[in-house]
Amino acid sequence: MSGVRTLPPLAAYALALGDDALILAQRLGEWVAHAPQIEEDVALANIALDLLGQARTLLSYAGAVEGAGRDEDDLAYLRDDRDFRNVQLVEIPNGDFAITMARLLAFSAYQYELYTALLGSGDDTLAGLAGKAVKEVAYHRDHATQWVLRLGDGTELSHARMQAGLDQVWPYTEELFDPTSQLPGVAVDPATLRPAWDSYVTSVLSQATLHKPEPRWRSRGGRDGLHTEYLGHLLAEMQHLHRSHPGATW
Amino acid sequence: MTAGNEQGHETSKRGWPLWEVFVRARRGLAHQHVGSLHAPDAAMALRNARDVYTRRGEGVSIWVVPSAAIVASSPDEKDPFFDPAQDKVYRHPTFYDVPEGAKHL
Repeated sequence: MSGVRTLPPLAAYALALGDDALILAQRLGEWVAHAPQIEEDVALANIALDLLGQARTLLSYAGAVEGAGRDEDDLAYLRDDRDFRNVQLVEIPNGDFAITMARLLAFSAYQYELYTALLGSGDDTLAGLAGKAVKEVAYHRDHATQWVLRLGDGTELSHARMQAGLDQVWPYTEELFDPTSQLPGVAVDPATLRPAWDSYVTSVLSQATLHKPEPRWRSRGGRDGLHTEYLGHLLAEMQHLHRSHPGATW
Repeated sequence: MTAGNEQGHETSKRGWPLWEVFVRARRGLAHQHVGSLHAPDAAMALRNARDVYTRRGEGVSIWVVPSAAIVASSPDEKDPFFDPAQDKVYRHPTFYDVPEGAKHL
Protein backbone atom coordinates (compact mmCIF):
# COMPACT_ATOMS: atom_id res chain seq x y z
CA MET A 1 0.00 0.00 0.00
CA SER A 2 1.34 3.41 -0.83
CA GLY A 3 -0.61 5.47 1.63
CA VAL A 4 -3.65 6.53 -0.37
CA ARG A 5 -5.73 6.57 2.80
CA THR A 6 -3.68 9.44 4.17
CA LEU A 7 -4.05 11.62 1.07
CA PRO A 8 -5.38 15.13 1.62
CA PRO A 9 -9.03 15.26 0.49
CA LEU A 10 -8.24 17.42 -2.56
CA ALA A 11 -5.53 15.01 -3.71
CA ALA A 12 -7.89 12.06 -3.19
CA TYR A 13 -10.58 13.82 -5.20
CA ALA A 14 -8.28 14.61 -8.11
CA LEU A 15 -6.97 11.05 -7.99
CA ALA A 16 -10.47 9.55 -8.15
CA LEU A 17 -11.43 11.62 -11.20
CA GLY A 18 -8.03 11.00 -12.78
CA ASP A 19 -8.25 7.25 -12.24
CA ASP A 20 -11.67 7.14 -13.94
CA ALA A 21 -10.19 8.84 -17.00
CA LEU A 22 -6.97 6.80 -16.98
CA ILE A 23 -8.62 3.39 -16.74
CA LEU A 24 -11.23 4.13 -19.40
CA ALA A 25 -8.48 5.47 -21.67
CA GLN A 26 -6.69 2.15 -21.28
CA ARG A 27 -9.86 0.18 -22.02
CA LEU A 28 -10.68 2.23 -25.12
CA GLY A 29 -7.11 1.85 -26.33
CA GLU A 30 -7.69 -1.89 -26.46
CA TRP A 31 -10.05 -1.32 -29.38
CA VAL A 32 -7.32 0.03 -31.64
CA ALA A 33 -6.97 -2.35 -34.59
CA HIS A 34 -10.05 -4.28 -33.36
CA ALA A 35 -12.89 -1.85 -34.04
CA PRO A 36 -15.44 -2.66 -36.76
CA GLN A 37 -13.79 -0.14 -39.12
CA ILE A 38 -10.50 1.71 -39.19
CA GLU A 39 -12.42 4.98 -38.88
CA GLU A 40 -13.82 3.73 -35.58
CA ASP A 41 -10.31 2.74 -34.44
CA VAL A 42 -9.29 6.35 -34.89
CA ALA A 43 -12.41 7.71 -33.19
CA LEU A 44 -11.97 5.50 -30.12
CA ALA A 45 -8.25 6.25 -29.95
CA ASN A 46 -9.03 9.99 -30.08
CA ILE A 47 -11.44 9.63 -27.21
CA ALA A 48 -8.90 7.55 -25.27
CA LEU A 49 -6.25 10.22 -25.80
CA ASP A 50 -8.59 12.96 -24.60
CA LEU A 51 -9.19 10.95 -21.43
CA LEU A 52 -5.49 10.27 -21.02
CA GLY A 53 -4.81 14.01 -21.21
CA GLN A 54 -7.39 14.64 -18.49
CA ALA A 55 -5.84 11.86 -16.40
CA ARG A 56 -2.37 13.36 -16.72
CA THR A 57 -3.55 16.74 -15.45
CA LEU A 58 -5.50 15.20 -12.58
CA LEU A 59 -2.82 12.73 -11.49
CA SER A 60 -0.09 15.37 -11.65
CA TYR A 61 -2.28 17.65 -9.57
CA ALA A 62 -3.02 14.89 -7.05
CA GLY A 63 0.70 14.27 -6.69
CA ALA A 64 1.46 17.97 -6.28
CA VAL A 65 -1.23 18.44 -3.65
CA GLU A 66 -0.07 15.34 -1.80
CA GLY A 67 3.40 16.85 -1.66
CA ALA A 68 5.22 13.54 -1.31
CA GLY A 69 7.11 13.84 -4.59
CA ARG A 70 4.96 11.44 -6.63
CA ASP A 71 4.46 12.47 -10.24
CA GLU A 72 1.84 11.31 -12.76
CA ASP A 73 3.92 8.29 -13.77
CA ASP A 74 4.44 7.17 -10.17
CA LEU A 75 0.71 7.36 -9.61
CA ALA A 76 -0.24 5.65 -12.87
CA TYR A 77 2.35 2.91 -12.91
CA LEU A 78 3.38 2.20 -9.36
CA ARG A 79 0.11 1.79 -7.50
CA ASP A 80 -1.61 -1.56 -6.98
CA ASP A 81 -5.28 -2.09 -7.67
CA ARG A 82 -6.38 -1.42 -4.08
CA ASP A 83 -4.91 2.07 -4.38
CA PHE A 84 -6.91 2.95 -7.48
CA ARG A 85 -9.99 5.07 -6.82
CA ASN A 86 -11.90 4.70 -10.09
CA VAL A 87 -15.49 3.50 -10.26
CA GLN A 88 -15.88 -0.08 -11.41
CA LEU A 89 -17.80 1.07 -14.49
CA VAL A 90 -14.59 2.06 -16.26
CA GLU A 91 -12.65 -1.13 -15.48
CA ILE A 92 -15.07 -3.82 -16.63
CA PRO A 93 -14.01 -5.37 -19.93
CA ASN A 94 -14.99 -3.82 -23.26
CA GLY A 95 -17.11 -6.81 -24.24
CA ASP A 96 -18.58 -6.27 -27.67
CA PHE A 97 -19.01 -2.93 -29.42
CA ALA A 98 -22.49 -2.44 -27.93
CA ILE A 99 -21.20 -2.85 -24.38
CA THR A 100 -18.40 -0.40 -25.12
CA MET A 101 -20.89 2.15 -26.45
CA ALA A 102 -23.31 1.62 -23.56
CA ARG A 103 -20.49 2.30 -21.13
CA LEU A 104 -19.25 5.30 -23.10
CA LEU A 105 -22.75 6.78 -23.18
CA ALA A 106 -23.22 6.36 -19.44
CA PHE A 107 -19.76 7.58 -18.52
CA SER A 108 -19.43 10.49 -20.94
CA ALA A 109 -22.91 11.75 -20.04
CA TYR A 110 -21.80 11.68 -16.39
CA GLN A 111 -18.47 13.35 -17.15
CA TYR A 112 -20.23 16.03 -19.18
CA GLU A 113 -22.37 17.01 -16.18
CA LEU A 114 -19.38 16.69 -13.85
CA TYR A 115 -17.10 18.99 -15.82
CA THR A 116 -19.91 21.45 -16.44
CA ALA A 117 -20.40 21.68 -12.69
CA LEU A 118 -16.64 21.86 -12.04
CA LEU A 119 -16.42 24.99 -14.19
CA GLY A 120 -17.66 26.76 -11.07
CA SER A 121 -15.20 25.06 -8.71
CA GLY A 122 -13.31 27.25 -6.28
CA ASP A 123 -10.15 25.37 -7.24
CA ASP A 124 -8.49 26.99 -10.27
CA THR A 125 -6.79 23.83 -11.51
CA LEU A 126 -10.00 21.82 -11.46
CA ALA A 127 -12.01 24.63 -13.03
CA GLY A 128 -9.35 25.08 -15.72
CA LEU A 129 -9.27 21.39 -16.54
CA ALA A 130 -13.06 21.34 -16.70
CA GLY A 131 -13.09 24.19 -19.20
CA LYS A 132 -10.93 22.24 -21.61
CA ALA A 133 -12.38 18.81 -20.90
CA VAL A 134 -16.04 19.67 -21.19
CA LYS A 135 -15.62 20.25 -24.94
CA GLU A 136 -13.82 16.94 -25.37
CA VAL A 137 -16.43 15.09 -23.41
CA ALA A 138 -19.29 16.70 -25.34
CA TYR A 139 -17.85 14.97 -28.38
CA HIS A 140 -17.45 11.62 -26.59
CA ARG A 141 -21.05 11.80 -25.53
CA ASP A 142 -22.14 12.61 -29.06
CA HIS A 143 -20.14 9.71 -30.48
CA ALA A 144 -21.70 7.24 -28.07
CA THR A 145 -25.14 8.74 -28.68
CA GLN A 146 -24.83 8.37 -32.45
CA TRP A 147 -23.98 4.69 -32.12
CA VAL A 148 -26.61 3.91 -29.51
CA LEU A 149 -29.23 5.51 -31.76
CA ARG A 150 -28.10 3.56 -34.79
CA LEU A 151 -27.73 0.22 -33.08
CA GLY A 152 -30.87 0.60 -30.96
CA ASP A 153 -33.05 1.75 -33.83
CA GLY A 154 -31.29 -0.42 -36.41
CA THR A 155 -31.96 -4.07 -37.16
CA GLU A 156 -33.55 -6.61 -34.86
CA LEU A 157 -30.12 -8.03 -34.11
CA SER A 158 -28.43 -4.70 -33.47
CA HIS A 159 -31.33 -3.66 -31.23
CA ALA A 160 -31.08 -6.85 -29.18
CA ARG A 161 -27.33 -6.54 -28.78
CA MET A 162 -27.51 -2.86 -27.85
CA GLN A 163 -30.13 -3.62 -25.22
CA ALA A 164 -27.97 -6.45 -23.89
CA GLY A 165 -25.03 -4.04 -23.71
CA LEU A 166 -27.05 -1.58 -21.64
CA ASP A 167 -28.28 -4.35 -19.35
CA GLN A 168 -24.69 -5.45 -18.79
CA VAL A 169 -23.36 -1.99 -17.97
CA TRP A 170 -26.22 -0.41 -16.01
CA PRO A 171 -25.57 -2.05 -12.61
CA TYR A 172 -22.28 -0.13 -12.59
CA THR A 173 -23.78 3.31 -13.22
CA GLU A 174 -25.25 3.89 -9.75
CA GLU A 175 -21.75 4.11 -8.29
CA LEU A 176 -21.08 7.28 -10.31
CA PHE A 177 -23.60 9.18 -8.22
CA ASP A 178 -22.80 8.08 -4.68
CA PRO A 179 -23.04 11.28 -2.68
CA THR A 180 -20.16 12.93 -0.89
CA SER A 181 -20.01 16.10 1.14
CA GLN A 182 -16.22 16.43 0.86
CA LEU A 183 -14.65 19.73 -0.17
CA PRO A 184 -17.73 21.94 -0.55
CA GLY A 185 -17.25 24.64 -3.15
CA VAL A 186 -14.32 22.74 -4.69
CA ALA A 187 -15.57 19.22 -5.41
CA VAL A 188 -18.93 18.41 -6.96
CA ASP A 189 -21.32 16.18 -5.05
CA PRO A 190 -21.98 13.51 -7.69
CA ALA A 191 -25.52 13.01 -6.43
CA THR A 192 -26.38 16.47 -7.79
CA LEU A 193 -25.44 15.36 -11.32
CA ARG A 194 -28.02 12.60 -11.39
CA PRO A 195 -31.12 14.47 -12.65
CA ALA A 196 -29.37 15.96 -15.70
CA TRP A 197 -27.69 12.63 -16.48
CA ASP A 198 -31.00 10.80 -16.20
CA SER A 199 -32.74 13.22 -18.47
CA TYR A 200 -30.07 13.03 -21.18
CA VAL A 201 -29.68 9.27 -21.11
CA THR A 202 -33.43 8.66 -20.95
CA SER A 203 -34.02 10.80 -24.00
CA VAL A 204 -31.31 9.03 -26.02
CA LEU A 205 -32.56 5.60 -25.05
CA SER A 206 -36.16 6.37 -25.87
CA GLN A 207 -35.18 7.84 -29.22
CA ALA A 208 -33.16 4.67 -29.84
CA THR A 209 -36.25 2.55 -28.99
CA LEU A 210 -34.34 1.00 -26.09
CA HIS A 211 -35.51 0.71 -22.53
CA LYS A 212 -33.56 1.92 -19.56
CA PRO A 213 -32.47 -1.11 -17.56
CA GLU A 214 -33.63 -1.49 -13.97
CA PRO A 215 -30.82 -3.56 -12.52
CA ARG A 216 -31.46 -5.65 -9.41
CA TRP A 217 -27.96 -5.11 -8.03
CA ARG A 218 -25.37 -2.34 -8.14
CA SER A 219 -21.60 -2.13 -7.90
CA ARG A 220 -19.94 -0.56 -4.88
CA GLY A 221 -16.53 0.23 -3.56
CA GLY A 222 -14.44 1.55 -6.45
CA ARG A 223 -13.84 4.87 -4.71
CA ASP A 224 -12.58 2.93 -1.67
CA GLY A 225 -10.19 0.78 -3.68
CA LEU A 226 -12.46 -2.25 -3.98
CA HIS A 227 -12.39 -3.43 -7.56
CA THR A 228 -13.47 -6.24 -9.84
CA GLU A 229 -11.01 -8.95 -10.75
CA TYR A 230 -10.59 -7.26 -14.12
CA LEU A 231 -8.69 -4.21 -12.86
CA GLY A 232 -5.64 -6.24 -11.80
CA HIS A 233 -5.28 -7.68 -15.30
CA LEU A 234 -5.67 -4.26 -16.89
CA LEU A 235 -3.01 -2.81 -14.59
CA ALA A 236 -0.66 -5.71 -15.24
CA GLU A 237 -0.72 -4.85 -18.93
CA MET A 238 -0.62 -1.09 -18.42
CA GLN A 239 2.14 -1.10 -15.81
CA HIS A 240 4.38 -3.97 -16.79
CA LEU A 241 6.72 -2.02 -19.05
CA HIS A 242 7.28 0.75 -16.54
CA ARG A 243 7.80 -1.71 -13.70
CA SER A 244 10.17 -3.90 -15.70
CA HIS A 245 12.21 -0.92 -16.85
CA PRO A 246 11.85 1.76 -14.18
CA GLY A 247 12.10 5.23 -15.63
CA ALA A 248 11.93 4.01 -19.23
CA THR A 249 11.18 6.80 -21.69
CA TRP A 250 10.98 7.25 -25.43
CA MET B 1 -25.10 -1.90 -42.02
CA THR B 2 -27.56 -0.98 -44.71
CA ALA B 3 -27.89 2.75 -44.16
CA GLY B 4 -25.76 3.48 -47.21
CA ASN B 5 -27.97 1.45 -49.51
CA GLU B 6 -31.03 3.40 -48.43
CA GLN B 7 -29.34 6.50 -49.72
CA GLY B 8 -28.51 4.78 -52.96
CA HIS B 9 -24.74 4.82 -52.56
CA GLU B 10 -22.49 2.10 -53.70
CA THR B 11 -21.48 0.17 -50.66
CA SER B 12 -17.88 -0.87 -50.55
CA LYS B 13 -16.58 -4.35 -50.02
CA ARG B 14 -16.31 -3.51 -46.35
CA GLY B 15 -20.01 -2.79 -46.14
CA TRP B 16 -20.00 0.97 -45.64
CA PRO B 17 -20.15 3.51 -48.47
CA LEU B 18 -17.23 5.76 -49.31
CA TRP B 19 -17.30 9.51 -48.68
CA GLU B 20 -15.07 12.29 -49.98
CA VAL B 21 -13.93 14.77 -47.37
CA PHE B 22 -13.37 18.51 -47.90
CA VAL B 23 -11.86 20.66 -45.17
CA ARG B 24 -11.66 24.43 -44.94
CA ALA B 25 -8.50 25.37 -43.12
CA ARG B 26 -9.57 28.83 -42.07
CA ARG B 27 -12.14 31.47 -42.77
CA GLY B 28 -11.80 32.98 -46.22
CA LEU B 29 -10.29 29.89 -47.84
CA ALA B 30 -12.20 27.39 -49.96
CA HIS B 31 -12.82 23.84 -48.85
CA GLN B 32 -10.06 21.56 -50.11
CA HIS B 33 -10.37 17.87 -50.86
CA VAL B 34 -8.30 16.03 -48.25
CA GLY B 35 -9.19 12.37 -48.78
CA SER B 36 -11.93 9.83 -48.31
CA LEU B 37 -13.30 7.49 -45.68
CA HIS B 38 -16.00 4.92 -44.98
CA ALA B 39 -19.08 5.65 -42.89
CA PRO B 40 -22.58 4.19 -42.59
CA ASP B 41 -24.32 7.53 -43.17
CA ALA B 42 -23.75 11.25 -43.59
CA ALA B 43 -23.81 12.16 -39.89
CA MET B 44 -21.22 9.51 -39.06
CA ALA B 45 -19.15 10.46 -42.10
CA LEU B 46 -18.90 14.00 -40.76
CA ARG B 47 -17.78 12.73 -37.36
CA ASN B 48 -15.30 10.28 -38.84
CA ALA B 49 -13.91 13.08 -40.97
CA ARG B 50 -13.44 15.18 -37.86
CA ASP B 51 -11.51 12.33 -36.23
CA VAL B 52 -9.43 11.32 -39.23
CA TYR B 53 -8.67 14.66 -40.87
CA THR B 54 -8.80 17.43 -38.25
CA ARG B 55 -6.95 15.86 -35.33
CA ARG B 56 -4.21 18.46 -35.45
CA GLY B 57 -6.38 21.53 -35.78
CA GLU B 58 -6.45 21.47 -39.58
CA GLY B 59 -9.91 22.88 -40.08
CA VAL B 60 -12.82 25.08 -39.15
CA SER B 61 -15.38 23.45 -41.44
CA ILE B 62 -15.88 20.04 -43.05
CA TRP B 63 -17.96 18.87 -46.01
CA VAL B 64 -18.58 15.22 -46.75
CA VAL B 65 -19.95 14.07 -50.09
CA PRO B 66 -20.89 10.54 -51.12
CA SER B 67 -18.13 9.43 -53.47
CA ALA B 68 -20.81 8.00 -55.76
CA ALA B 69 -22.23 11.50 -56.20
CA ILE B 70 -19.02 12.79 -57.74
CA VAL B 71 -18.96 12.90 -61.54
CA ALA B 72 -15.34 12.77 -62.66
CA SER B 73 -13.69 13.35 -66.02
CA SER B 74 -12.25 10.20 -67.51
CA PRO B 75 -8.53 9.72 -68.15
CA ASP B 76 -9.52 8.58 -71.68
CA GLU B 77 -10.99 12.00 -72.35
CA LYS B 78 -7.88 13.77 -71.16
CA ASP B 79 -6.76 14.95 -74.59
CA PRO B 80 -10.03 16.38 -75.89
CA PHE B 81 -10.78 17.84 -72.46
CA PHE B 82 -7.52 19.55 -71.68
CA ASP B 83 -5.16 19.75 -74.65
CA PRO B 84 -7.07 22.44 -76.59
CA ALA B 85 -6.37 24.86 -73.74
CA GLN B 86 -2.62 24.47 -74.12
CA ASP B 87 -2.09 26.88 -77.05
CA LYS B 88 -4.54 29.60 -76.07
CA VAL B 89 -2.01 31.95 -74.57
CA TYR B 90 -4.41 34.85 -74.94
CA ARG B 91 -6.51 33.33 -72.14
CA HIS B 92 -3.83 34.25 -69.66
CA PRO B 93 -3.79 37.81 -68.38
CA THR B 94 -0.03 37.93 -68.89
CA PHE B 95 -0.66 37.82 -72.68
CA TYR B 96 -1.84 41.39 -72.59
CA ASP B 97 0.34 44.44 -72.26
CA VAL B 98 -1.02 46.99 -69.90
CA PRO B 99 -1.22 50.32 -71.76
CA GLU B 100 0.98 52.90 -70.19
CA GLY B 101 -0.88 55.30 -68.00
CA ALA B 102 -3.84 52.95 -67.46
CA LYS B 103 -5.03 53.28 -63.94
CA HIS B 104 -7.34 51.09 -61.95
CA LEU B 105 -6.29 47.83 -63.60
